[in-house]
Amino acid sequence: MIVEFGHYALVLAFALTLVQSVLPIWGALQKDDRLMAVAPPVSVMLFVLILLSFIVLTGAYLNSDFSVLNVVENSHSAKPLLYKFTGVWGNHEGSMLLWVLILVFFGALVGVFGGNLPADLRAVTLSVQAWVSAGFILFLLATSNPFTRIVNPPLEGADLNPILQDIGLAIHPPLLYVGYVGFSITFSFAVAALILGRIDAAWARWVRPWTLLAWCFLTLGIAMGSYWAYYELGWGGWWFWDPVENASFMPWLAGTALLHSAIVMEKREALKVWTVLLAIFTFSLSLLGTFLVRSGVLTSVHAFATDPARGVFILGLLCIFIGGSLSLYAWRAPMLKQGGLFAPISREGGLVLNNLFLTAACAAVFVGTLYPLVLDAVTGEKISVGAPFFNLTFGPLMVPLLLAVPFGPVLSWKRADLGAACQRLYAAFGLALLLTLVTYWAWGMDKVLAPLGVGLAVWVMAGAISEIVTRVKFFEIGFKRGFARLVGLPGSAWGAAIAHFGIGLTVLGIVTASAFQEERVLTMRPGDTVELAGYQMTFEGAAPRRGPNYTEEVGHFSIRQGGALVAELDPSKRIYTARQMPTTEAGIYTTGFSQVYLSLGEGRGDGAVDVRVYFKPLITLIWIGCVIMSLGAVFSIADRRLRVGAPKPARKRQQSMAAAE
Amino acid sequence: MTRKQRRLTLIGSAGAVLAVALMLILIALRSEIVFFQSPTEITQNGVAPGQRIRLGGLVEEGSVVRSDNAEVRFRVTDTANTVAVTYKGILPDLFREGQGVVTEGVVGSDGVFVADSVLAKHDENYIPKEVAEALKAQGHWQGEEGQSN
Repeated sequence: MIVEFGHYALVLAFALTLVQSVLPIWGALQKDDRLMAVAPPVSVMLFVLILLSFIVLTGAYLNSDFSVLNVVENSHSAKPLLYKFTGVWGNHEGSMLLWVLILVFFGALVGVFGGNLPADLRAVTLSVQAWVSAGFILFLLATSNPFTRIVNPPLEGADLNPILQDIGLAIHPPLLYVGYVGFSITFSFAVAALILGRIDAAWARWVRPWTLLAWCFLTLGIAMGSYWAYYELGWGGWWFWDPVENASFMPWLAGTALLHSAIVMEKREALKVWTVLLAIFTFSLSLLGTFLVRSGVLTSVHAFATDPARGVFILGLLCIFIGGSLSLYAWRAPMLKQGGLFAPISREGGLVLNNLFLTAACAAVFVGTLYPLVLDAVTGEKISVGAPFFNLTFGPLMVPLLLAVPFGPVLSWKRADLGAACQRLYAAFGLALLLTLVTYWAWGMDKVLAPLGVGLAVWVMAGAISEIVTRVKFFEIGFKRGFARLVGLPGSAWGAAIAHFGIGLTVLGIVTASAFQEERVLTMRPGDTVELAGYQMTFEGAAPRRGPNYTEEVGHFSIRQGGALVAELDPSKRIYTARQMPTTEAGIYTTGFSQVYLSLGEGRGDGAVDVRVYFKPLITLIWIGCVIMSLGAVFSIADRRLRVGAPKPARKRQQSMAAAE
Repeated sequence: MTRKQRRLTLIGSAGAVLAVALMLILIALRSEIVFFQSPTEITQNGVAPGQRIRLGGLVEEGSVVRSDNAEVRFRVTDTANTVAVTYKGILPDLFREGQGVVTEGVVGSDGVFVADSVLAKHDENYIPKEVAEALKAQGHWQGEEGQSN
């Protein structure tokens, strides 16, 4: 009965999205305040209904209600409570319900906190958000209903895929979805602006916090997914250029570009047409990612099930939303007036350069991800596009971008003096050069590129720090007054510096972990010791152990450095009983920012076991850098200027726009 | 600078970046992609030494031989032809005899495929798509249409 209640709430929500799709926008076009006023309460109601059905599904999982097909297929009564809970979105239907939940959540946020928006913009934005919601709720009801019952309930379920039975499943998908789906609201704002034919600096100011919020979560979600794959899969890799990873990375690249172009629009009213297009692209790439991951065109741990009807349905939604919004764009964008002229060398110019490289890099990832699928569909030829492709395309496009990062914030708006900008970056450049030379000296000339990579990362980080230092003029006005200025810096300046520092850290982690990693693969017997990067690792023996829903063979290793015991690691091989599926649990010892990574292969019967040992210098910086980037976004969101006093567009301009129509 | 010159600079630099990106993509598509081949295709057409390919099929029953130093030898079959493979490293969790596998590497001068990566399934229920289709081509596919989970 409860389950039917959740099902009913979902159907009711669909009906409400249809109301929301029509009334507010009709009201906005007819200038009818009563119709527009429908939007905020309905957006909250939608959220409540979807939340109810999500809670009901969660309840079915927690109670192991095996009369529900979805629970039977993905749960087991012996599964630990945490995984019963996270298992709700560890499958196709449940994860789509979470997707929709976040979609309507963002609608509700605009409904509740959008009080400072013009009434018509809010109404149309919420209507557009409802169109997207209607499409995806219909997708749930028609092809992926999580509430389907079965006639003869079995006594036990099939259990959740063991790879997903990890704390990572509690964190990664919700973070990623908030990011992914969060861009829907930017999309809705963009489409609303096109429909209303009005777009200005104030629009950018309203949209930027939403973009920042989504970007912040997407960054964390991608980083979390990467760390999860790193420790769970036992391959020691943190990024595989897997199409599923690319599916989340493309919206991130486009979203990063959008963040930056929205600054230009907010401050200088330039790049309007481009910013709107980028907002549409970013969410389109989110939709494309959903299609790639959920339709089953890819074989991956993320593709839970393959049902052709689902693929076709999502492809249909994809065509309607992307095609529709781009057509609208083609029709309405020419009437958006361009403003704010700028010289090529200026803050705007720098941000344009940022956008160019980010979109070009995004296009490279797009081609690498979709080319094999298209080629297979057209010619039947099967190819794989892996890391070498992306290293050759994505890598070179990132280098000039990173080189330019420190210049951006020190250039002035409209027209900048490159010489003066260089002067402010002397120290950063010197430090980068010094560390490049030190790396060459320490590692020799056999690795030509890696020290340059280290230098590049240091350049980005030092540039971010020197930007703050020169802004508060520590050296000119003394420490005390400088500190006061430091605290008084606007949040967005802090945000930019922190995020840029974060990207530098991530790059440093990537360069050191890939170039200076040490690896051994060998067969070890109890008592054997292997030496790697100054650590002696002794295999002490293996013993079986029982977990709640698995059995495992645990290898015991002691790690010594110069004879002193520094850590004991217990990597294991698990067999999950319900599915008889093995998984590898790596043993990881973190020392400073570096890690020793141990994973086991199959045992050989006579007590010997295959072992893979890595030393990964500074690898944790990759994820720490991502966390710092998101922290930068938090600082930017907290900027007072984005919250209060968003200037009302000048009446004169509104009139001239109306005349242009 | 006049307005026109500014616009030209903007369009010019955009064009230049995009041209470079396009060039990189085209070069990479020529040199960095890896073709998937079945044992039959390799046996019949041969492979240039040193050319990276993806080899997929089933791990032949009884063919897996482990030696010290984490080396493994096995044969990949599509039931019509087989190719011998060597691999040094940790095999994926779901690597089993009689099950689907995709390996990537080069064919050595002795005709043995030297793999540097071995991928098995993410889940016990499905066979890699390429393998399923290669097996279908040999007429030895008995499973349901597509993969199920």
